[in-house]
Amino acid sequence: MTDSAIASHDEHYQASFGSKYIWSQDHKVIAIQYSITAIMVGVVALVLSGLMRLQLGFPDQFSFIDPSAYLQFVTMHGMIMVVYLLTALLLGGFGNYLIPLMIGARDMVFPVLNMLSYWTYLLSVLVLLASFFVPGGPTGAGWTLYPPQAILPGTPGADWGILLMLISLGIFIVAFTMGGLNYVCTILQARTKGMTLMRMPLTIWGIFVATVMGLLAFPALLVSAIMMFLDKVVGTSFFMPVIISLGETLDHTGGSPILFQHLFWFFGHPEVYIVALPAFGMVSDILATHARKNIFGYRMMVWAIVGIGLMSFVVWAHHMYVSGMNPYFGFFFATTTLIIAVPTALKVYNWVLTLWKGNIHLTLPMLFAIGFIFTFVHGGLSGLFLGNVVIDLPLSDTYFVVGHFHMVMGLSPILVLYAAIYHWFPKVSGKMLHEGLGRIHFWTTLVGAYLVFLPMHYLGILGLPRRYFGMGGTEYIPESAQALNANITIAALVVAVAQLIFIANVIISLRSGKKADPNPWGATTLEWQTPDNPPTHGNWGPEAPVVYRWAYDFSVPGVKQDFIPQNVPNSAVEVTDAAAFAEAGK
Amino acid sequence: MSIFTKLMEKPWLAQPEGADPALLQPPPSYWPARTALRFLLVTITVVFSLFIMTLLGRSQLGDFHALAGEPWLPFDNPTQLWWNTGILLASSVVMHAALVLLRQQKQQAAALAVVGSAFLVLLFLLAQFAIWQQLETAGFGMTSNPASSYFYLLTAVHGVHLLGGLVALLWVLKRFWQQQSLARIQSSVRLCVTYWHYLFVVWLVLFALMTSSSSTIDSLAALCGF
Repeated sequence: MTDSAIASHDEHYQASFGSKYIWSQDHKVIAIQYSITAIMVGVVALVLSGLMRLQLGFPDQFSFIDPSAYLQFVTMHGMIMVVYLLTALLLGGFGNYLIPLMIGARDMVFPVLNMLSYWTYLLSVLVLLASFFVPGGPTGAGWTLYPPQAILPGTPGADWGILLMLISLGIFIVAFTMGGLNYVCTILQARTKGMTLMRMPLTIWGIFVATVMGLLAFPALLVSAIMMFLDKVVGTSFFMPVIISLGETLDHTGGSPILFQHLFWFFGHPEVYIVALPAFGMVSDILATHARKNIFGYRMMVWAIVGIGLMSFVVWAHHMYVSGMNPYFGFFFATTTLIIAVPTALKVYNWVLTLWKGNIHLTLPMLFAIGFIFTFVHGGLSGLFLGNVVIDLPLSDTYFVVGHFHMVMGLSPILVLYAAIYHWFPKVSGKMLHEGLGRIHFWTTLVGAYLVFLPMHYLGILGLPRRYFGMGGTEYIPESAQALNANITIAALVVAVAQLIFIANVIISLRSGKKADPNPWGATTLEWQTPDNPPTHGNWGPEAPVVYRWAYDFSVPGVKQDFIPQNVPNSAVEVTDAAAFAEAGK
Repeated sequence: MSIFTKLMEKPWLAQPEGADPALLQPPPSYWPARTALRFLLVTITVVFSLFIMTLLGRSQLGDFHALAGEPWLPFDNPTQLWWNTGILLASSVVMHAALVLLRQQKQQAAALAVVGSAFLVLLFLLAQFAIWQQLETAGFGMTSNPASSYFYLLTAVHGVHLLGGLVALLWVLKRFWQQQSLARIQSSVRLCVTYWHYLFVVWLVLFALMTSSSSTIDSLAALCGF
């Protein structure tokens, strides 16, 4: 940011309560607003998953869960988790907090737009939650909202619920676009002196590419939402085929539901990486910092992020193998799906090689980061099965898929989010989170989540169908499957309750936690070098930082400390062995 | 420096003290609004491209009948649409004139040109609305045929983007009103000019598509693999 822009920004800053905490234009406050809203709506989705598990584990024991309610829980759980929690928390929360601090900027380049982005996001959440209170309740069409069933009578929430869902998604996309333009422009335009693109931490690379992807992918969801809205409200036939519903021939004239699927997944698959790439970036930085070692293959990691971003736009139809398609089409998408596994696997190897012979500190962020490597590898490997047409066809409608995607894009990003919260909480709040509570939280979550999602792969191979309220006439499924389902439910409830430990930890630590050092982990990136902890408005005091090196100078030979912050020039490094330091190329 | 060169950098290598190219090179020009507009235009392009792709896909189903190509179809002789195109072109030209006037430091004339351009956009929107009514009267309502549905949808989405542009123009007019610096006003108007020209080009594409005959649409669809 130029000096004049900084001056102009500070000039407009007023520190009244409203402008500081409610209508704030400060990226750090907006990040916290985004995070709290996302976590609160995420808790709603977590409760919904608990209700689903109650029905699956102990069928028909709970009178308030009928088939309609069950489908509504499934739908709202999925949509909230993917869009309103993960996307919002990773980009709106961490993106907002970390981008200006990590690149040495004083704020986002459009602070007003940033504020509007949050309030628009909040509106989208409120519209979505309002659907719980309208006649018929929220939509139960499944999170993919496939027509024709999504808008036909008989589907739960087909009157109001689906409309509120579509409107809410539209508002969310507007919010995302406002935020996203801010993120990319800030990264491209407001980097401090010396912060070249290739000196940016991988967190920023992940957020940057994910945001660009979002700007290209969310339009597909917007387009499909507008067209389905018109099919429902006006009676057009974009997606609605000629159809007889409840004995009555409807006026629709022969639209294509498959067209909707293409649009939805053209958004839906990049969305997986919109969630994954920021998580990849953050976990890279956390692993390097807590292993006191430079990230292995930085350039390859950047290329992999960019490559995954590009490739993610040509794999979408692997979600549609069961919809039927030209075999060559299936072959193409199976091939691209397997190819995208290459840069992804490369990242996994690099994380493991970063740990190799590192000075590993098993801190809380590190535990969650290592946990992520496990769950991501497991989720990724089952993805190799599902990417192939012939294996996907029998498995697609079973719990194998539920196990797979929860491992790879449910549990994995959630573990990274926890790693990130434990890592950056001292910077955000100035307090350390409680170590003991954190460890209980980690082990209960990791072991519990494995007990939930690993057996689902087995249930899927047995043929247990997903989305079903009850197993009814599926006699080929053995009794033992039900016993396993009950165990999964118990594990899921334990994991859900264990999250209260985390919430309690945050509250207790905020009130009476140990005061954090400005840089408790010995990190190199700029956010840990702020003059105040937590950083104040404008982040850097009178002088913006200057960057002299990349973000991964850990354990450099001949240097007294085992890290060199990005804003420390060579002449200011405390050297114990000049020859070793020189030989290390520093 | 191209993006490929940048991606080939080896940031782990030491840079000699005082000769670090990252610190010696001049900072990039600071104009975030232009960067934002470029990304926004890419996003809007994706929106329209996806609408058009769905149209081409949808056109291959039996109930789709193009709005031109036969004498009894409404856009076989789209005189009214040509008039509307002329109005939007005039709006774009007048907006460009505002920029030229600003370069000649004629602020008042430029402000008038901006208002004139906004007026022409409103006129265009009214004229589009008139076409909607004519189509409705002629039996080509929104649900009568998928091609009609697309015409209403695409023109509405295009219109919404124009309305968004008008909101941005209010900001620019505020800058004129507050007599802000010429450079600041000029940079805002430059962005508006880009946006106006862009939406004119989008309209030309939509115009061409909606007035195409079935055979032309079929050929385009075949080209896209439908």
